[in-house]
Amino acid sequence: MSAMTEPQGIWVYAVAEMVLDASLGELTGVSGGPVAALSAAGLAAVTEQVPLAEFGEAALHRNLEDLDWLEEKARAHHEVIDAVAQQQPLVPMRLATVYHSEEGVTELLTGRSRDFRALIDRIRGRREWGVKAYAAPPPADREKAGQAAAPSAKTTGAGAAYLNRRRHERSAQEESRQAAMISTADIHDTLAGLAMAYRLHPPQAPQLHGNKQPMLLNAAYLLDDERADDFAAVVQSLAADHPSVRLDLTGPWPPYSFAELPELTPAGEPS
Amino acid sequence: MTSQPGKPARRAAAPVEGRVVRDPEVPGPRLALVDLLDRVLAGGVVVTGEIVLSIADVDLVAVSLRALVTSVSALDGPVPVAQQIAREVGS
Repeated sequence: MSAMTEPQGIWVYAVAEMVLDASLGELTGVSGGPVAALSAAGLAAVTEQVPLAEFGEAALHRNLEDLDWLEEKARAHHEVIDAVAQQQPLVPMRLATVYHSEEGVTELLTGRSRDFRALIDRIRGRREWGVKAYAAPPPADREKAGQAAAPSAKTTGAGAAYLNRRRHERSAQEESRQAAMISTADIHDTLAGLAMAYRLHPPQAPQLHGNKQPMLLNAAYLLDDERADDFAAVVQSLAADHPSVRLDLTGPWPPYSFAELPELTPAGEPS
Repeated sequence: MTSQPGKPARRAAAPVEGRVVRDPEVPGPRLALVDLLDRVLAGGVVVTGEIVLSIADVDLVAVSLRALVTSVSALDGPVPVAQQIAREVGS
């Protein structure tokens, strides 16, 4: 309605080989509008017209600091990408990629068509899976073990016994932390061996993941679709083999963690 | 000890031919926001050019995580970490 009067930008979700407008069905985008395909150079961008009042530079600076706004847009962005990714290989764009004009999007497709094609070929028939590893919670019988392994407690004072026990607990904790780190490295090696590629995200902060134990691994693996079931089974059996860690599998995800175009040369041309 | 994948693998198992359909009545299991932000803010293609907000100008991840940490500890953290530390030191 007001699309003609209000300044608009173009939010870009993803780039694929070809997307028919009709195939975008009833998807609604980040601003609640229809999602449309924009084609050039034999590629198609999945896009939406968005009002710059909400998605312009100043507005984005402000809104990205607002968690409710961020969550809503992140989920809407993902919903569109995920729905299209069910149908065909695509290259997701970073959240909040907004062009001033359709021409800008067209230039992107034209200028980087070779790179986009290479990326699409790389992710064809593959999806991203996430594996997070946490240190396992301390075993319930640690207290008991600590007492049993402090034989000097009887012959020394209560204070010394307490210190002994504390020392023992602490070294047991350190040992189990170390075991967890070694296990995590093993687990990642095994999983990376099954994947086409992997990417290590920084472990999430405890306030964010809400788990009492620290996160030791926050990895993304790019997997052939045929291997997805095997991969899940391997994660299960690794979890069983490594009691010092707790594993969490998520996915399949669109290939967010593997969507990276090669750097442009200083001249601004694709190398 | 694996959790269910964040989304059903083939949610649109039988989509209408050639159409991408999202049924708002049947939401998938809700993705953890942190996992999603890991991907949409640190993944995806970064472009330069005629865009509204250059990613080079502003580190989206830092900006958003600041928003996230602030509001998580303000809203539902049992006790903000800083206070916890203060309490332990004080006692």
